[in-house]
Amino acid sequence: MGSRASTLLREEEIEEIKKETGFSHSQITRLYSRFTSLDKGENGTLSREDFQRIPELAINPLGDRIINAFFPEGEDQVNFRGFMRTLAHFRPIEDNEKNKNASTNEPLNSRTNKLLFAFRLYDLDRDDKISRDELLQVLRMMVGVNISDEQLGSIADRTIQEADTNGDNSISFNEFIKVLEKVDVEQKMSIRFLH
Amino acid sequence: MRCPSLANDDHGHDDADTGHDDADTGHDSADTGHDGADTGHGNSSSSQSGHGDSGHGDGHHTAPITTLPIVSWKWHHVETPYIVALWILVCWLCKLIIEANHHVTSIIPESALLICFGFILGGMIWGADRQQTFKLTPTVFFLYLLPQVILDAGYSMPNKLFFSNMGAILVYAVIGTCWNAATVGLSLWGCHMGGAMGDLDIGLLQYLLFGSLIAAVDPVAVIAVFEQVHVNEVLFIMVFGESLLNDGVTVVLFNVFDAFVSLGGAKIDAVEIIKGIISFFVVAFGGSLVGFIFGLLISLVTRCTKNIQIIEAGFVFVLGYLSYLTAEMLSLSAILSIVFCGMCCQKYINANMDERSVTTVRFVMKLLANGSETIIFVFLGISAIDKAIWVWNTGFILLTLLFIFVYRFIGVFVLTWILNKYRLVPIEFIDQVIMSYGGLRGAVAYGLATMLDEHKIKERNLMICTTLIVVYFTVILQGITMKPLVTWLKVKRAAVSELTIVEKVQNKVFDHMLIAIEDISGQIGHNYMRDKWNHFEESWMSRVLMKPSARKNRDHLFSVFHQLNLKDAMKYVTEGERRGSLEFIRNESAFVDFKKKFGDEYSEIMPDVTADTSDDHGGMSAMRRDPVPSVSLELHEQGMNGMRETEDVNTHHLLQQHLYKGRKQHRHRYSRTHFDVNKDENEVQEIFQRTMRSRLESFKSAKMGVAPPKPISKHTKKDQQQKMPNGKSLEKSRSYYSGDEDFEFSEGDSASGYDSSGNSFPMRVTYRAGAGIENPAFMDDLDPMSVVQIPPWLAEAELDSSMVAPSQRAQVRLPWTPSNLRRLAPLRISTRSNDSFMMADPSAAQQRDEDQLPPPPSPPPPPPPPHRD
Repeated sequence: MGSRASTLLREEEIEEIKKETGFSHSQITRLYSRFTSLDKGENGTLSREDFQRIPELAINPLGDRIINAFFPEGEDQVNFRGFMRTLAHFRPIEDNEKNKNASTNEPLNSRTNKLLFAFRLYDLDRDDKISRDELLQVLRMMVGVNISDEQLGSIADRTIQEADTNGDNSISFNEFIKVLEKVDVEQKMSIRFLH
Repeated sequence: MRCPSLANDDHGHDDADTGHDDADTGHDSADTGHDGADTGHGNSSSSQSGHGDSGHGDGHHTAPITTLPIVSWKWHHVETPYIVALWILVCWLCKLIIEANHHVTSIIPESALLICFGFILGGMIWGADRQQTFKLTPTVFFLYLLPQVILDAGYSMPNKLFFSNMGAILVYAVIGTCWNAATVGLSLWGCHMGGAMGDLDIGLLQYLLFGSLIAAVDPVAVIAVFEQVHVNEVLFIMVFGESLLNDGVTVVLFNVFDAFVSLGGAKIDAVEIIKGIISFFVVAFGGSLVGFIFGLLISLVTRCTKNIQIIEAGFVFVLGYLSYLTAEMLSLSAILSIVFCGMCCQKYINANMDERSVTTVRFVMKLLANGSETIIFVFLGISAIDKAIWVWNTGFILLTLLFIFVYRFIGVFVLTWILNKYRLVPIEFIDQVIMSYGGLRGAVAYGLATMLDEHKIKERNLMICTTLIVVYFTVILQGITMKPLVTWLKVKRAAVSELTIVEKVQNKVFDHMLIAIEDISGQIGHNYMRDKWNHFEESWMSRVLMKPSARKNRDHLFSVFHQLNLKDAMKYVTEGERRGSLEFIRNESAFVDFKKKFGDEYSEIMPDVTADTSDDHGGMSAMRRDPVPSVSLELHEQGMNGMRETEDVNTHHLLQQHLYKGRKQHRHRYSRTHFDVNKDENEVQEIFQRTMRSRLESFKSAKMGVAPPKPISKHTKKDQQQKMPNGKSLEKSRSYYSGDEDFEFSEGDSASGYDSSGNSFPMRVTYRAGAGIENPAFMDDLDPMSVVQIPPWLAEAELDSSMVAPSQRAQVRLPWTPSNLRRLAPLRISTRSNDSFMMADPSAAQQRDEDQLPPPPSPPPPPPPPHRD
């Protein structure tokens, strides 16, 4: 599997991905071998079923939402570039990146982009607002069955009230950023990828 | 053998001990002699209290019987077991007293308190006897107290976590321990040479011997302290795994150096050193192998204990103990043996044995481990009150403390620096500090120290004394400061106290997200070796070691899941009817699908459903009288004023209890005192079932050629909803409340709703014109992917609430009290089942829309007959 991975991934492709996502060369090859091992259809793209085959995701309450996040709107296949682009959100912010990238356009793993990723998990209809039922859906996924809908509803109301500043009974992205400004998103949305 | 086994040494010393004590106390040990090894602390029963003395007088000299005694005083007959039992009782009572006050234990770790209690008890004995007659002897410790502690550790070891950190643990345990032993020994020797300790008769080898016994971190002490300090699981497994394995290492080192000391410096040449190294590996791996074999043996035995379920749990303990003794007998590492024994068998015995036996094993394991841990600590304290061992040498003792502390830090930091180059998740600086600081020494070191031979090592008492001081220093001082240190170091990311709900929820979302991403990117533990091992394990070991029935269950996981799911779905439906909840709607399609598919096979279950629903009936009518959603009503009516605080508390509490924990937090916690098994299991089950269900739904929809829903469509719908006038929903609520129309009527009503709806896609607007009862099931069809579909009236109610005054909202809310839904429920089932029949033939999305248009001319009677009061 490993040898195949390195043969199939062209050097220039790696370079492009490197530039786009900031992953190192070895990280890219490693993730590519992971990608190919997930790709049971062996057609260079992953489908939802490929993701769903990962057993741990079945016991992750948000598993399916996160799977969805990998797929561009309206598509049900994702290629390696897309795969890496999504994973890049979770790359930790390195010290030298903080100032370096201030001039260029924002990297995928910036705080804003990380938050945007999280925001999109809620915002199914992509209207840049988390409505009450969108919130309720996520909440329902996250709590046990023994919490009643009335209770959950009141939690959702409360949550929206906490975040909602303009009174439209939904959470916009700006409100989302604001309400989480004390949270160390950089750390909480980063995992260390193997070099 | 170059390395004399523990047991041999033990016996030698113990006998010496016994003799010594007996001679001192002047008791004759005629009847305690034969099981002197059994109860080292008990055998010299120098009766700290009066009644013991009185017992001695008559019990011993068996004068010829002149008359039949009715009652005779036979203290010596029961003396040994009696004292043992009494001591166990006393130790456990100490724990009881300590645990009664949580304010104290939250500051001072229990182990430290137990040692302090030991001081007090020891003082009492001293006061009565002027002589320390009870102390922890190596035999008792190594043969009777330690095995169950280690067995428990092995049995509850999170195997996956352990093996995924195996490399690091081994490095710390082997290299780290050797490093500690060597540096401490050499530095002390260096200081001795430099004249820092005055006149001591200790050679280099003896320093190394001392270094090796003091080098190991003690699992008992570590667990006792770290259990209360909640550190992350990787750090925990590092410290814990290291402490377990390095016990094995340190015993081996000790034996090697002990042999070297006996040989004398002159005779040690390269060959002997190489032999020492070889014996190190033989002892370590041999011990592990013995444990492995016994683990397999336990698994095999439990495979066929179906007929003797009542004692099957006992096999685990007996065989586990035997593995310890066998390794000891072969002069292999007994600790490693019993650790691996526990680790190997845990999976198979849990699968093989009856559920109740597994519970028994768990409880008894905890009881034994916790019990002997308590005894160990108390006796560590008692042992201190003994004038004989207190030989003070300021230089030696202080330097030992200093070196242990410093070299532990250096060792951990250097090794971690090397390891971090290869590790996936580097060990952070803070973790390294905690790890170094967590290098607690404990009873193993003390046990080894008391095993030293006084003839070979002149300064034995000084070493024991130093060991005790090290133990007290690390367990008490470091133990107490550990928690503040942990909190202090983590202070940066703490601030847990006043999280808003958003933050709370979002933190969980982050957790789940990270875990999912790690799983997707295959970061944690999808390495080649494990796959290979799993394969081997699946195909061979499970086959041999697991009951066929247990294996079958695993093989047919899906079918089991399927049946579970079926039952679950039915429960959901009834539950949903009762509550009028969203779940009902969400799971409806799955339910119908099952019913359709398995209608034949499970027809016998269906009556159950009807029975269930009728059962629920009573509950429902009860609930109707007591409309539930008081919480949300209050929330709005109060306008966020007075009620806010209590609301907040309630909500936070609710969330706290019910949010799923990320796997990181709750899995793989090793705890001796508390074991929380079931809750997360349930959670995992729940999530798993939920995920599968939603996937099944989406799968179904995909099969019918419907692409996963485009969120956009929902967007438009919602916009239209928003435009809707307020009064509408109120009107609707009224129509719900006039809820006494009979079944046929409402059916027709909703049918007309269908009629008008399907023509244009944003259907909610149009079929509102029907003013009938909306069938929420219908909505579900529109958007099968969206997992929780809000029933229309609810959704509108929400949107309204932004415009409507709070008090009105209260009225809007009422419709979804159970009374209305109950009436709707049978209806829903009927139309839905019908619907799904039509949907059975795969048709394009276009087709499907049309399918829904014509109401079924004559709806078939609903499987569960409509219930009405």
